[in-house]
Amino acid sequence: MTNFYYPSGSIVHRLSAGVKLAALIIFGTLIFTVEDLAGLGFCGVFLVAFFCIAQIPLRVAYRQLKPALFLLLLIFIAQYFMVGFEIAVFVVVRFSILILAAGLVTVTTRVSEMVEAIEAGLRPLAKWVAIEKVSLAITLAIRFIPVLGEIVHEVRDAQKVRGMDRNIIAVLLPTIIRTLKMATEVAEALDARSFATLDRTRTDKQKL
Amino acid sequence: MISIDNVSVTLDSRSILSSISLNLEENRIGIIGQNGSGKSTFARLLNGLQLPSSGTVVVDNYDTKADGRKVRARVGFVFQNPDNQIVYPNVREDLAFGLKNIGYSKTEIEQKIEETLLEYDLEYLGDRLTHQLSGGEKQMVALLGVLIMRPNYVVMDEPTTLLDLRKKRVLMEHINELSQRVIMATHDLEQITHFDRVICIHNGKVYADGNPKEVISAYRNLCQK
Repeated sequence: MTNFYYPSGSIVHRLSAGVKLAALIIFGTLIFTVEDLAGLGFCGVFLVAFFCIAQIPLRVAYRQLKPALFLLLLIFIAQYFMVGFEIAVFVVVRFSILILAAGLVTVTTRVSEMVEAIEAGLRPLAKWVAIEKVSLAITLAIRFIPVLGEIVHEVRDAQKVRGMDRNIIAVLLPTIIRTLKMATEVAEALDARSFATLDRTRTDKQKL
Repeated sequence: MISIDNVSVTLDSRSILSSISLNLEENRIGIIGQNGSGKSTFARLLNGLQLPSSGTVVVDNYDTKADGRKVRARVGFVFQNPDNQIVYPNVREDLAFGLKNIGYSKTEIEQKIEETLLEYDLEYLGDRLTHQLSGGEKQMVALLGVLIMRPNYVVMDEPTTLLDLRKKRVLMEHINELSQRVIMATHDLEQITHFDRVICIHNGKVYADGNPKEVISAYRNLCQK
């Protein structure tokens, strides 16, 4: 979700995020009722058709699967030794289709739309849950994954120069300090951008 | 107008700013001073990010202590590091964030984003991912995130520090063309030579205040000591 949105303006992109998430849940449930490779093949063709309708290039589709390849390999090896080759292939194909289906939702849905859908889903819990804060937390987590990656990279480089890149404490401590400092500044920025003043029951725009 | 009346700021029993009284009404005001002089704290006072320990800061008749929401709607703030200011992974979504917070409808938000991107010739950035932008582009997005809310004042805390010379020039060109009043804390003296007024802060007090030439000269002398 951090960097996968691929704009093409297709009909799949235009579907609401709630519909896509619901479809993903249904598809993800149904795929676990399929018991043979032919059935999985049908699900795969169905999914490929949606990738085509959404005009998603092959490389973008592959990018959805790539981070999970190592995990899929581990699952395959474990299944192969425990229950045999055929079931290992079946399980890995099923997981791959599921990951690609989730990938299709992320490449065709903006984070803001996804967050709005989650907000809508949480609305019945509004009495007990601060919905805007939950959705902002999700947004920030998505937004700051690459930033945190950059911080770790910079700290490791800095410690490498001092010959300490293998010392976990030497990398961890500056990373935590920088992250906390960044968190303070982000909180201030949210404040400066009127988040702390949010009250959706008012029409603030007129009052301002 | 922003009125600062006898403002002091004390943090952890350390005096950061002491007894500052100023009226800020010029279109372009520069804030200069050495590291740790208090200029960032001064800038943060202006939109209520920092509240005074004593005294008052009043923006267009709204006190930063009592009317923080209204003050922040009038005074936009651009931070030194745009990475900490950009909230959403996508530029268009990030620009929508502030507008959503003050209650604009989805249609109005989309319209305002298009208008703003077009106004600053930055349509090409609209669908880009924020973490893949260059430093200069990120700072422009951070600035647009503020400008889209149409504040009366834009306060900037060393906005060009992380930029190369070319990006600095481009950002400064945009800043110079803004219709809003700009108050900019900076170490880059060249950027403020054409400003209407420059204030030099030293040890938490106003050391010099007036036209850029005189104040910059006083600041240079101070740095020689």
